[in-house]
Order: sequence, then C-alpha cells, then structure tokens
Amino acid sequence: MPIFYGTEIASPLMLGTAQYPSPAVLAEAFRRSGAGVATVSIRREAAGGDGGAFWEMIEGLGLPVLPNTAGCHSVREAVTTAHMARELFGTDWIKLEVIGHEDTLQPDPFGLVEAARILSDEGFKVFPYTTEDGVLAGRLLEAGCEVLMPWGAPIGTGLGLNNVYGLRTLRAQFPGVPMVIDAGLGLPSHAAQAMELGFDAVLLNTAVAKAGDPAAMAEGFARALEAGRLAHGADPMEARDMAAPSTPLLGLAVLE
Amino acid sequence: MKITVNGAPAEITGATLAEALAELGYAQARVATAVNEQFVPGAARGGLALSEGDRLEILAPRQGG
Repeated sequence: MPIFYGTEIASPLMLGTAQYPSPAVLAEAFRRSGAGVATVSIRREAAGGDGGAFWEMIEGLGLPVLPNTAGCHSVREAVTTAHMARELFGTDWIKLEVIGHEDTLQPDPFGLVEAARILSDEGFKVFPYTTEDGVLAGRLLEAGCEVLMPWGAPIGTGLGLNNVYGLRTLRAQFPGVPMVIDAGLGLPSHAAQAMELGFDAVLLNTAVAKAGDPAAMAEGFARALEAGRLAHGADPMEARDMAAPSTPLLGLAVLE
Repeated sequence: MKITVNGAPAEITGATLAEALAELGYAQARVATAVNEQFVPGAARGGLALSEGDRLEILAPRQGG
C-alpha cells in the first residue's frame, strides 16, 4: 500500500468529502470505498456554525485527513491557509493547491514551487497538486516534496487521464517517488488505468459524490484500484499493432 | 471599534483577538484565525491587540476534495 512521508495508508483511494447529498451518504460511500485518506478543507465559519459537527463526522471515519488549500491563487493565501489547516486538523500534511487559471483550475507552477519550498522548510509534509510536467516535478522534489500529485484532467471534469504519454513519462522519470493521480477521474476504469501505469494512489471526489449512487460508485472505484494494482504487478503483455493468433496453428485441419 | 469579520463589518468592544472571538460568539468554536492576512495561532489570541479597521478571518473545518 502507498507510503507517504513514512506513513503507510490502508488503501490507494484518497476520497474527498465534498458535494455528497447528505452526511449519511458520505459515510456510507466512505465505508464501501475502503478509502485510506479523507480530504478536507477550511472555510469561513459563521458564529454558531456547524464546523464542529462536520469535524466530528470526519473524525468518526477514523482515517488520516489531508487538508487542502483549494481556491488559493497566491503563494501567500496558500501558505496562510496551510498554517490555519495545520492548527485545525492537527496534521502537518497539506494538499497544496495554488491555482493558476480560473477556468481550467490548472496549477500555477511558479507559485506552487515557491509555496512548496516555504511550507516544506516549515516542516509541512506537502502533497502538491501539479501537472504531468517532469521539469516541474523535479523542482517540487528539490523544494522538499516527497510525494507528487499530478492531475489526470482538470478538477471536476471526469475526463480521466488526458495525457497518458505524459503521465507514463513522469512515472518513469521518478520511479521511487510516491505519486497520486489527483483530479479529473470520472470512472473506475480511469482509476484502474492509473494503477496499471504504476501510480501509487488516486485522489478523487466528484466522481463518487456526484454519482447517482455514491456508495456503489465508491465500491466500484475500490475494486478498479485493486484490479489495476494487481495488473501492474503482474507484468502486463506488450501491446502490438498486428494481430497474433492465440490458438495454435499447429494441427489445424485442412478442410478445403 | 469597527473591524471586518469574514468580509462583513462588525463592531466590537474587546481589545484582544481572544476577547473579540468570545464577543462574536466563537468562544467554544473550533476555528483558526487570521488578522490582516496573517495567521494567528490559538495560543497567541490573548496577546494580540486588535486595531480599528483590522480584517479578521475565522475559519473552520469544511468538506473538501
């Protein structure tokens, strides 16, 4: 199972906690997913708000939590949000998002590296939401990151792995670095593909929360991840362009 | 004094951040705070004097992906 900053998690599925129709549906989806990590965020709290109730529910899942800096567009915002999240959740894990474009939610690579360096120097264990760019990945590792989280596709699109070549190259470029496909997955087959490519885990939210039956979809993802993990470890056959008969030709009858 | 709390105007009498939080109804809340875009740890709230026009952010755990 994946090991992040020395901590082994129980499943390659890291599941978000947003957009579920109800807390009960969220809890059931988590139960059937067997997720190893729950992702969370921080937002403004009204006086007498229910932040405490939400946190009690998350604590009840009994999982490690990964707070994010979702919505942050600047280094300063992201670093301050990380500090606040560390105090609230009592963890030095942080999913670092520094968003560079409003429509694509593509990471700002320059701000991401700067924020990663600041937070790593301050003792945070940074999980950077990044792209499949190998040069950027190298910079993030130099900045202190020990995990990389390249996107499959833009957040919330459900498009799957948009750049399989780029992701395969990234995986090969840094073979010893734990990598999580974060964002853009829509179907269990996308998660299986990520595992078949040798990624260590996936992080998703919308694909489960917005499914008609979130709990069933969560279990679907869990099974797909296991299938992909087994396949990767089973040394898959090489693909080829021309057909090759699987049934032996030797002994074929002559019937015309 | 007049300050801004989570983007909305507010009037407080407390002198410190800790007093302001209690006055605003957050005494028992699980929240993290920032003043003028700077994180203020819980342990520092009692010693942080607020000033007219300060911008206070009060955040809590929420759903996230």
